[in-house]
Amino acid sequence: MVARVLRSAGVRLALGYALVFGISAAMLILVLWISGINILTRQVDAAIDADEQGLAEQWKQGGPEALFETIQSRIASNADNDSIYLVLDPKGDVVAGNLDSWPDQVSKTGQVYEISVNRNGKLNQARFHRYDLPAGYALLVGREVSSRVALRTLLAEVLAWSMVLIGLLSVAGAILLKKLFGRMVSQVSQTADAISSGDLTRRVAISGRGDEFDRMAETINDMLDRLNRLMDGVRQVSNAIAHDLRTPITRARARLEDASMHAGSAEQLRSAIDRAVSDLDGITNVFHALLRISEIEAGARRSAFVRLDLRPLLDDLRDLYGAAAEERGLSLTLSAPAELPALGDRELIQQAVANLLDNAIKFSPRQKSVEIVVEQTADTMMLAVRDHGAGIPVGDVSRATERFFRGEAARNTPGFGLGLTLVRAVAQLHGGTLELQDANPGLRATLVLPRASELRAGRGASPRAEAEGGTLASAEG
Amino acid sequence: MRILVVEDDKDVAGFILKGLREAGHLAEHTANGRDGLLAATSQEFDAIILDRMLPGGIDGLGVLEMLRAQGNHTPVMFLSAMAQVDDRVRGLKAGGDDYLTKPFAFSELLARVEALARRGRAAGPETRLQVGDLEMDLLSRSVRRRTQKIDLQPREFMLLEYLMRHAGQVVTRTMLLEGVWDYHFDPQTNVIDVHVSRLRQKIDKPFETALLHTVRSAGYMLRAD
Repeated sequence: MVARVLRSAGVRLALGYALVFGISAAMLILVLWISGINILTRQVDAAIDADEQGLAEQWKQGGPEALFETIQSRIASNADNDSIYLVLDPKGDVVAGNLDSWPDQVSKTGQVYEISVNRNGKLNQARFHRYDLPAGYALLVGREVSSRVALRTLLAEVLAWSMVLIGLLSVAGAILLKKLFGRMVSQVSQTADAISSGDLTRRVAISGRGDEFDRMAETINDMLDRLNRLMDGVRQVSNAIAHDLRTPITRARARLEDASMHAGSAEQLRSAIDRAVSDLDGITNVFHALLRISEIEAGARRSAFVRLDLRPLLDDLRDLYGAAAEERGLSLTLSAPAELPALGDRELIQQAVANLLDNAIKFSPRQKSVEIVVEQTADTMMLAVRDHGAGIPVGDVSRATERFFRGEAARNTPGFGLGLTLVRAVAQLHGGTLELQDANPGLRATLVLPRASELRAGRGASPRAEAEGGTLASAEG
Repeated sequence: MRILVVEDDKDVAGFILKGLREAGHLAEHTANGRDGLLAATSQEFDAIILDRMLPGGIDGLGVLEMLRAQGNHTPVMFLSAMAQVDDRVRGLKAGGDDYLTKPFAFSELLARVEALARRGRAAGPETRLQVGDLEMDLLSRSVRRRTQKIDLQPREFMLLEYLMRHAGQVVTRTMLLEGVWDYHFDPQTNVIDVHVSRLRQKIDKPFETALLHTVRSAGYMLRAD
């Protein structure tokens, strides 16, 4: 039973609170006790001192008789009966006072003794001071400190009551917390149950109070949204594989079967097989591109982010593609600032720009130009590849980056419709976007990337990249 | 050359062995990691073709790591269906010299493994390369054929240097893209062909014999007949 109750996180939390509160209440009372005692002791000592001063004055003015009289009257007027006086004559006999005998411990002057004395048949704690009077008389002045006992009783009572109160409050807190926990957990587990039984649209309800539970619910919902998007991606890919790979596989299969049935010579057979092999290579390329895209979309490549200058990277690509462009009567120009610091994956940026150049060269009419233009603003870098071809019809722009989408104009050119999908995935991995605009005529495909300094703080940066950003920032500063 | 093939798929292994033997190499085969490691440590090979996913308790990476730990520096080419960028990086980091993903074209495999085995034999840094009457001085970065000086752009120089270092071997487009441009993806445009044909204009066109040959459905080869 106890174990079952303790298994509730709410009860454990409330008990923990009760323990912490109990300990702090006890500490508080201990502090009160110690400082209260201090004040009382100081008051008692001051009273003893004042008493002694007065008595010494009496002796000076009226001699022993006056002293004894004053002591008698003080004892009489002391309602609490807590003052103790005792005078010894030079022979050591008691001559005045309300104590039976001189306590042995009190031997020296100038010192306060705290001892137990027997008065009226009761043992009481009292503080004493000894004074030596002229002519061999000795005076003992003391105060009982029984009020300390009263204080202790009071504080103990306070402590007991507060413990009861803390106990009640923590039980109430435990019930409340248990309810609150229970509600939150049951909402989350209901949502999880609904999702695992197939209802992927269910989300954790948000109360709107903006409290920790709401934040947790939002985090869970964000996670579910992200999972949903990834699953959509997987579904898209499997659909795409099912439909779009069927075509080249069908073609390769038909070629092989046709050759097997109809080839008249070894030569014909070989050429059919060669073409089927190249069809298979095409399918392999599609697989490779699809895997690459999902690898990038999953964000797995962010670990390869480094600081790099895009300018030499673009110069190299211009050099690589320039010759092929010239071969087709195209001119490939690059206009960009002398330095383009960026944070990213070198290989992926190369491939993204290469894909844009492949497209631009493929769709450009002869004797025109393909332009790479890089512009920077304070927080973004825009890397545009522009051709003078037919462009993408307005209606197709939004679908142009979908897997396997091929516009009407592209139907008769080689390719699989994965190039722009990869470029978009690379852009998103770097915290940017791919924008496709009608350059009238032609297409302007722009990679909009956050500047290196932006990316450092942005969500696109990996811990490693942030560390590198940090060292660079300190080098700059 | 003696080449060890560690590959568990019987069909793929048979295809590779047949091809290698046809190309004039001595090829040995083992079908699991343990036997592969045993063969690699007990015999001398010029190159090893190593699958990554192998039966027998020890995978390709493990075989390579143990081999390198023993101070054995035989060139190793991974041949693997694990095609992600990180897989490739891991393979090369473990001490692999090349990484070819499945499916592959045999011509690509042959060209790469021959280049590897040759590299394993190369002795010391060279300052001069020569193929037939074509000479390259790596210090002054100048090229001449017979008595005639040939002016090359920096990238053309690197391309020719790569071809000359692999003279007499087939060099594929992917090898050029990786070796000369350091790109690890396949452009759709025939960028490499254009660069090679420009180089050919400069080193072959003015002379009666051609050195730079196109090898059908494989790549290129620089050789003096």
